[in-house]
Amino acid sequence: MSLDTVEHAAETPDTEQPWKELGLKEDEYARIREILGRRPTGAELAMYSVMWSEHCSYKSSKVHLKQFGEKVPANDAMLVGIGENAGVVDVGQGYAVTFKVESHNHPSYIEPYQGAATGVGGIVRDILAMGARPVAVVDPLRFGAADHPDTRRVLPGVVAGIGGYGNCLGLPNIGGEVVFDACYQGNPLVNAGCIGVMKHEDIHLAKASGPGNKVILYGARTGGDGIGGVSVLASETFESTGPAKRPAVQVGDPFQEKLLIECTLEIFREKLVAGIQDLGGAGLSCATSELASAGSGGMRVELDTVPLRDSSLSPEEILMSESQERMCAIVEPRHVDRFLEICEKWDVIATVIGEVTEGSQLEIFWHGEQIVDVPPRSVAHEGPTYHRPFARPSWQDALQADDAGKLARPANGAELREQVLKLVASPNQASKSWITDQYDRFVQGNTVLAMPEDAGMVRIDEKSNLGVAMATDGNGRYAKLDPYTGAQLALAESYRNVAASGAKPLAISDCLNFGSPEDPDVMWQFAEATRGLADGCLELGTPVTGGNVSLYNQTGETAIHPTPVVAVLGVIDDVTRRTPVAFAEEGQLLYLLGDTREEFGGSAWSEVVHQHLGGMPPAVDLGREKLLGEILISGSRDGMIDAAHDLSDGGLIQAVTESCLRGGKGARLVVPDGLDAFTFLFSESAGRAVVSVPRSEELRFTDMCGARGLPATRVGVVDGDEIEVQGEFGIPLGELRTAHEGTLRDLFA
Amino acid sequence: MTSRIGVVTFPGTLDDQDALRAVRVAGAEPVPLWHRDKDLHQVDAVVLAGGFSYGDYLRAGAISRFSPVMETLIEQARAGMPVLGICNGFQILTEAHLLPGAMLRNNHLHFVCRDQKLRVENARTAWTSDYAPGQEISVPLKNMDGRYTADERTLDELEAEGRVAFRYLDGNPNGSLRDIAGITNAAGNVVGLMPHPEHAVEPLIGTGRTDGLGFFTSIIKKLVNA
Repeated sequence: MSLDTVEHAAETPDTEQPWKELGLKEDEYARIREILGRRPTGAELAMYSVMWSEHCSYKSSKVHLKQFGEKVPANDAMLVGIGENAGVVDVGQGYAVTFKVESHNHPSYIEPYQGAATGVGGIVRDILAMGARPVAVVDPLRFGAADHPDTRRVLPGVVAGIGGYGNCLGLPNIGGEVVFDACYQGNPLVNAGCIGVMKHEDIHLAKASGPGNKVILYGARTGGDGIGGVSVLASETFESTGPAKRPAVQVGDPFQEKLLIECTLEIFREKLVAGIQDLGGAGLSCATSELASAGSGGMRVELDTVPLRDSSLSPEEILMSESQERMCAIVEPRHVDRFLEICEKWDVIATVIGEVTEGSQLEIFWHGEQIVDVPPRSVAHEGPTYHRPFARPSWQDALQADDAGKLARPANGAELREQVLKLVASPNQASKSWITDQYDRFVQGNTVLAMPEDAGMVRIDEKSNLGVAMATDGNGRYAKLDPYTGAQLALAESYRNVAASGAKPLAISDCLNFGSPEDPDVMWQFAEATRGLADGCLELGTPVTGGNVSLYNQTGETAIHPTPVVAVLGVIDDVTRRTPVAFAEEGQLLYLLGDTREEFGGSAWSEVVHQHLGGMPPAVDLGREKLLGEILISGSRDGMIDAAHDLSDGGLIQAVTESCLRGGKGARLVVPDGLDAFTFLFSESAGRAVVSVPRSEELRFTDMCGARGLPATRVGVVDGDEIEVQGEFGIPLGELRTAHEGTLRDLFA
Repeated sequence: MTSRIGVVTFPGTLDDQDALRAVRVAGAEPVPLWHRDKDLHQVDAVVLAGGFSYGDYLRAGAISRFSPVMETLIEQARAGMPVLGICNGFQILTEAHLLPGAMLRNNHLHFVCRDQKLRVENARTAWTSDYAPGQEISVPLKNMDGRYTADERTLDELEAEGRVAFRYLDGNPNGSLRDIAGITNAAGNVVGLMPHPEHAVEPLIGTGRTDGLGFFTSIIKKLVNA
């Protein structure tokens, strides 16, 4: 068959096209025809189908996401908001920080190693495309049941992929999470976050302006990986000369990405680009249409100049290919030679593939014949919008009525002891060092805090000791019980973790992982969670700078727990004031900050001891979270606290266990008046932290808490080599360590 | 005069900035060197930093040893110039036959990143003289291919000549033969090890220890006294 040119398409209006196979709805196809005034060519159809997909167009989610742009707290740190590759915030001293979390869930289930690896690669290029030097990565991960045979396939592959790719890039991996729950069995969540740093004046935007400017594609050659659905089209339009099946999951080459990073940073230093965009989902279709759309509109691309790994690729496949490690830059003609010279220095292939034109159309040619002639905005920014129906699920009330308060509690000290050991050894509460020890956390020599600390922290200026911190959190169990509260709890926990490290929370990115938007139950969860998050951000004063939505995380009719993952970014003026989690000084006093109530709905205890999920999640009080944050930051800055650990899943005993093991010191705990030992140890009330205070600072610290109205209760002392709960039980550190640190190794090593 | 210590960047080198910083923190002038440039720019010593030069494709360090900078470096090292190879740098030194043996994939087949205790077995080399013989230090370890291996005869020779410079303590992290973490050549100017002293030169950063600083103060003293 011959090439499906624009001219040919205009002459053959009745040609049957595989729009359905490409995932377009009938009315969407009709709209494309209306926009173009003719049927689309095969290449145009490919572009629209991928750009109008859920993944690229957010068509089901955007009516809800717009709250993040409407409920914006007064915050003068925001330099670039939602809509660019990643948001940018001011962290002072002329520095700006860009950060974002994205999902690579589905590919990681199909092919765990490459799926996870390319997830890291993609988010790093997003950050790079803003003009920033990537300085750290984090990885929030969720898997099926820890003892399920398929988890043994998925988890080691994902971890090796993140390590194999990230370690080769020279970016420290400083945080993230690992959660197990049977609901993720067929849908592991592999989210990846990255932080980048730049000077204010170096912010780059994805925009193609200035007619005559050159479009340069640089990085890896384009291959047939990640093409997925478009093969349908290729096989219908073209003689099938190439390989019939191509991998749907992209294959990464971290070495190429490392060169791309260094090469791009050198290009930025010499100020050679007018606009830049990374190639990720939807490849060249996305990069060219977004660059052109954000600029004046006109762009002409000679598609046959794109360097290929496989010469049999069709133009549609080249447009759709998601081959990794590629970037697209808009460069003034006078800078082109120098641009190419820097690429040559780093052994990076660079090709001028087109130029910005006077017009308003994106035009793509294949050996001189025109195969695309579209208004770029219609591809990139004017995709369909759905108002999907949503309704509170019929089972929600029964779930919330199934109160965890009625579960049998331990009757005595011996039972408490047994349940503590069971809790700290359970896969979700156990040490994750078997996983995190496979990631390089030291490279670049700026890592101040990394796992298992509450937040990761890196220094960004060696002279002033300015630093940034990040934590990611999300609790699908809480969100299942109540998505609005669950999303706010994720935000609150992440905020608290950053504050516990001594950094001031500034802004957030989110990764919203949900089931099918076509299910009204799921859509309700999504609507509630986004509303909760937007309201929460408004109250805490931390704007949403950007993020990612991952839908269709379900197996058959069963969706995953709604899982909004929140990444909070914080700033610390002097990293030497950071607060670690380790209880390292004998004799220091342990204070519990905040109020402890009987809150066990969705708790780790209810899961580990009773395999129960029901009731209401802990209540949220964001005003209290803010106050707690201020106390933690002041305490750190003024030397009043030497260690702090937020309290979240697993409650106080989990936090104390981690802090004691980290510092190699025991603790003697006393159950405070008005609480029973069980509630004291296992409650998951929000807005709490435990801190270690030097005796010399006790008065100053308690005075500060009293003056600010934050309850601070003395609950013990750092001492000895066991954790003792007076009058109840004691557990030697060695026994705790064996229980806490052996679990993952035994399951996966 | 300040000593000039070069740090080579190959494509895929990752810890070059850290090594340059360590040189600076110790008080010498750091000089970035480029793999395509044969000229060593009058440096007094060279550090080959960690990373995955050329993606570790083929074999860790196997391609780097043929780069232009290595031609000059090999010649100079044989003539007595101090060279320290860290991690991938150690792998390059063995590929270049400046040090005997080779590194295999870790016996547990995973990348390992942890704080590692070492004993300084030879405190007479150009890079270890600031340590006491037998001193125990902790520095980060992070690698995929860190299992030192050599034939029995070579190992016996290394032991007999005191050329095992560092040994792992409190658990061998990768299956290295005889717990060897690093070795030196007979002259003591070329030293290679898998752990990363350049990550342990500042309090608060990394593990919070400065046990690695001695490598850099050792060489500076040697160069100043030369």
